[in-house]
Amino acid sequence: MRFLLDDAVIELAEVDPTATVLDYLRYQLRRTGTKEGCGEGDCGACTVLVGELDCASISWRAVNACILFLPMLDGKVLMTVESLAPIGELNPLQACMAANGSSQCGFCTPGFVMALHGRAIGASGCDLPVADGIAGNLCRCTGYGPILDAAACVTTVPQDDSALIPALRDIAPQTMTSGEYQGRTWFAPREPAMLAQLLAEHPDARIVAGATDVGLWVTKGLRTLDTLIFIGDIPELRAVEETPAGINLGAAVTYARAHKALGRLHPDLYELTRRFAGLQVRNAATIGGNIANGSPIGDGPPALIALGATLTLRGPEGRRTMPLEDYFLEYGKQDRRAGEFVESVFVPRPKPDSVIHIAKLSRRFDSDISAVCGAFALDVRGGTIVTARVAFGGMAATPRRATACEAALAGKPFSAETIEGAARALRQDFTPLDDVRGSAAYRLEAAANLLRRLCAREQGQAISVLELQADG
Amino acid sequence: MAECDPALVLPKPSHPHDSARLHVSGAARYADDVAEPADLLHLAFGQSAQACGRIVAMDLSDVWAADGVVAVFTAADIPGENNVGPVVHDDRLLADGEVISHGQPLFLVAATSQRAARKAARLGKVTYDIAEPILTIARARAAASLIEPTQRMARGDAEAALVQAPHRLSGGFAMGGQDHFYLEGQVALATPGEDGQIHLLSSTQHPSEVQHLVAGLLNLSSADVTVEVRRMGGAFGGKETQAALFAAAAALVAAKTGRPAKFRCDRDDDMVLTGKRHPFQIRYDAGYDDAGNLLALALHLASDCGASVDLSPAINDRAMFHADNCYFIPDITIVSERLKTNTVSATAFRGFGGPQGMLAIERVMDHVAMALGRDPLDVRMANLYGPGRDVTPYDMQVTDHIAPALIARLRATSRYDTRAAAIDAFNAGSPILKKGIALTPVKFGISFTTTHLNQAGALVHVYADGSIQVNHGGTEMGQGLYVKVAQVVADVFAVPLASIRNTATRTDKVPNTSATAASSGADLNGMAAYEAAIAIRERLTAFLARTYGCAPEQVLFTSDGVLVAGETIPFAHVARKAHIGRISLSSTGYYATPGIEYDRAAHKGRPFYYFAYGAAVSEVAIDTLTGEHKVLAVDILHDVGRSLNPAIDCGQIEGGFVQGQGWLTTEELVWDDAGRLLTHSPATYKIPTASDRPRRLRIDLWDGENAEPTINRSKAVGEPPFMLAISVFSALNRAIAATKPDKRAMPPLDAPATPEKILNAIAGHRL
Repeated sequence: MRFLLDDAVIELAEVDPTATVLDYLRYQLRRTGTKEGCGEGDCGACTVLVGELDCASISWRAVNACILFLPMLDGKVLMTVESLAPIGELNPLQACMAANGSSQCGFCTPGFVMALHGRAIGASGCDLPVADGIAGNLCRCTGYGPILDAAACVTTVPQDDSALIPALRDIAPQTMTSGEYQGRTWFAPREPAMLAQLLAEHPDARIVAGATDVGLWVTKGLRTLDTLIFIGDIPELRAVEETPAGINLGAAVTYARAHKALGRLHPDLYELTRRFAGLQVRNAATIGGNIANGSPIGDGPPALIALGATLTLRGPEGRRTMPLEDYFLEYGKQDRRAGEFVESVFVPRPKPDSVIHIAKLSRRFDSDISAVCGAFALDVRGGTIVTARVAFGGMAATPRRATACEAALAGKPFSAETIEGAARALRQDFTPLDDVRGSAAYRLEAAANLLRRLCAREQGQAISVLELQADG
Repeated sequence: MAECDPALVLPKPSHPHDSARLHVSGAARYADDVAEPADLLHLAFGQSAQACGRIVAMDLSDVWAADGVVAVFTAADIPGENNVGPVVHDDRLLADGEVISHGQPLFLVAATSQRAARKAARLGKVTYDIAEPILTIARARAAASLIEPTQRMARGDAEAALVQAPHRLSGGFAMGGQDHFYLEGQVALATPGEDGQIHLLSSTQHPSEVQHLVAGLLNLSSADVTVEVRRMGGAFGGKETQAALFAAAAALVAAKTGRPAKFRCDRDDDMVLTGKRHPFQIRYDAGYDDAGNLLALALHLASDCGASVDLSPAINDRAMFHADNCYFIPDITIVSERLKTNTVSATAFRGFGGPQGMLAIERVMDHVAMALGRDPLDVRMANLYGPGRDVTPYDMQVTDHIAPALIARLRATSRYDTRAAAIDAFNAGSPILKKGIALTPVKFGISFTTTHLNQAGALVHVYADGSIQVNHGGTEMGQGLYVKVAQVVADVFAVPLASIRNTATRTDKVPNTSATAASSGADLNGMAAYEAAIAIRERLTAFLARTYGCAPEQVLFTSDGVLVAGETIPFAHVARKAHIGRISLSSTGYYATPGIEYDRAAHKGRPFYYFAYGAAVSEVAIDTLTGEHKVLAVDILHDVGRSLNPAIDCGQIEGGFVQGQGWLTTEELVWDDAGRLLTHSPATYKIPTASDRPRRLRIDLWDGENAEPTINRSKAVGEPPFMLAISVFSALNRAIAATKPDKRAMPPLDAPATPEKILNAIAGHRL
């Protein structure tokens, strides 16, 4: 595998497929500016920028080096805090941050510098409000004020990619790359047919898209993965197609890339995606991975289920398409047969008169995992709810539709009384658990209240504290 | 004893943090950034799977056999005392048969990589004789499980005064602990030296304690052990005593194997292994009159100290010291129960018990206001210390009376009353979203309450080229101590700050230091460095007066150079001349805080040199359907005396506030029924992010100077602002109360105010 570190080509003959970019930087190259704060992609201290060819330019994105496996850099360019200025010098953003108190202990600082530098060179998500762009970076000292000020002060930094583009073309892998390391193998196919063939040959291989989940199996679970197939560089799986009927998302489309397209389906979906982890994770985590791993608390599935999404799997027998909710069989078990992989998701465009509400409840607004994630899509005509699709995450062992709730809504007038009936019906649908994110009682009550909130919003009431301003 | 030279009370500009340029370029070196020696061993603990019991057998054969493992150590391998506890020696490096908390270190693995060590550490087969763990304050109370006798601080006769008071109320609530979540996890690198000596790079707030504990552990003298720390990537109290565990482990392996050893702790392991802020349960019984004057208070503070003593006695003392906050309570009894449980030992955390005591009394203020149907701020102001009502429950007189004026000014500048009225109107028309506003004050006592800790040393070298090295016993954890001390020294010689080089804190430069804690770093070390610098300057003055045949008064250190009898000599030339003239250009400096004494048995005396003050107004909104909230605006007015560095101080205020906001809102620690910490990673433990910062946050500095002759007449700033965030909790309480505005009762809100707790409090209030 080959990649660029700044403008130098690094070629590695033998690569541990689950070696992290962070460890490689810190302990092999002794580039110690990039820090480990948590080793699980939740603090951003290890933020680096990864660039790849996108037609005639380079598209940059900030990612967490602590859960980025080294082979995932193949054919790409890596930028670290050491890349920004010669030793002893600072770029304008760094100079501003150094002068204005953006650092106290300084340990999280290189991560913030890289996240803000990404914004300043037009990296993925650079048009988000600053606080959203750094929601994946934790600082325990400053209270964030000076960092936000610095970002407002230095909004652009010149980035000349002209030499990098031909250099990246030179190292671009033309076909599948692969490697072996101490009896463990990895593959990085470039087309779906190759992926299908690999899976047929290695049915137990672990498919890795963004590694934001599998990364933790390695850094926290200390697991050894024998065969890995990296699918992040298969163009067909990274396609986003928007049509009047809806959007089709390849399995390896990142949440960051899908953000705006999803937002065009409904503003709540934009807001949900904004609160989906931090930007570094959204720049790596994929639509397909968030579904394929079958988590009961993944934020994508409830919303997509409520909107009527369908999932396409591809395997030795060809393709099959199913309603997304049917994929989740039980906790830890999905309807994916040997040799199959998640290929794409189609999300239909809501009808103009649909009443939609998608809400995620968590301790913290940004970069948190749901206690409850609820999604409601009601087709209302002439004051009557014609059809209702209601789905929840965090309420059961899988993301699931609330059938009793749906039945209590369908065919009824869209009224407070109907909503109360549907709220009561949720108790038939779910018997949630007490866990670290909330009690069963809270989950049930809050889930029911989300229905009431939907109703209140339709009546024109303000329903989110995020809409409010201070009186002073 | 050094008095501050009034001539040197100079305006101190806002120099950036001395390492800011290194921070932003990634060039600032932390312990794990130092190049690793080739034969380095990496360490991990095998940890207890039980919270309470005895170890019957420990089969470590699989650990020994694992890839990369070089050695495995148990308690039996420790040559000296198996202890990493600071005061009472009850913290084991490795369990010696008894298990007292889940995750406790049982054995220590040394391997060729960190991953190999961590993997092997999970392979131990341990058989336990399991005992029922005590995991809650309630269980500990029932079992009378205490780390020390219950303490009582009292004045007057609270019981009698309660009976006589026109009105009486009682209540209680719980507040959770808090993980420090320093971004740099615990780390130590031990290097064996010749003749049994050990050098340690340790991310610690207390190098001297690490030195002493490691010496005891290895049967060495303190002179054999050197501990060095240039900077920490955050600490907040979490590296005051807790760093010793990792340093001791590294030192043990270095001593036993003769190879350098590094313990870089994984984040999740760190959160399980290290102590946190004490959770408290509060009960109160208060007597008051129609005007809201608090006449009598019986306050009961019960804290979960965890499995060992650690610093819990002093932390709980500080909770008692701050249970009056800014208020005079004529008859008061504060009872403080320090409970021992089978959770990881609670430890120091910014505020050191002060926040818990202060939150208790602020809840009482809110409760009295709710019961009377009055604005809580009016109740607070009615109860402030003032002339004639100025003695604390521990008999220290409050003489400065800053709080009344400071609160009044903030009330006006924040337009508190106008906004409170606007919020009432908003709430009347908003069924789902409710707003609340609150102003709460802070009075925080400055000094270690263990009097002998209030001392510091420094070492200043002037080199013959005029450059200056400063060293002192304080450690840099991001708070800007080094730049403040450097500014003090630069001003003594009237040289540019760039002439000063801060050097790493080392036990072989300044011995027998206190922890950098209790907000005292700049007060103590700044004054010690000042003394050292002044000693050198006096020698230079005498030398120049002699050389030039003038009076010492005719030697002046100015920013243009040293003025001697009408001639201006660059400082570098002065240094060179003095060296050739055989004048010592190096000096130690020493400082001990004057005028403090405390009788702990009676809980009476003057434990604090002075008080730091502040106040904050917070405006919040809650969602009554989901329990979500948002802090909308915050106005802060804070007293740092005559600031040593206004920008650094404002950074401490903002950072402290947001950290306090996290403690009271999003940061919830959850243990399961077996005593396992479930919130052991940032995936489940949520400190504030950038968007949690209040939308509008205004910070102003109070324009007074310290009445005591501290360095530059400044005041300590590390901890006090943390408690400004109590205003957020109080504002949330008021927003919840607005769901049933006519009910004269206190919403049953516990901290942290998570969505679930807010929803529960709304339900409780609506009953």
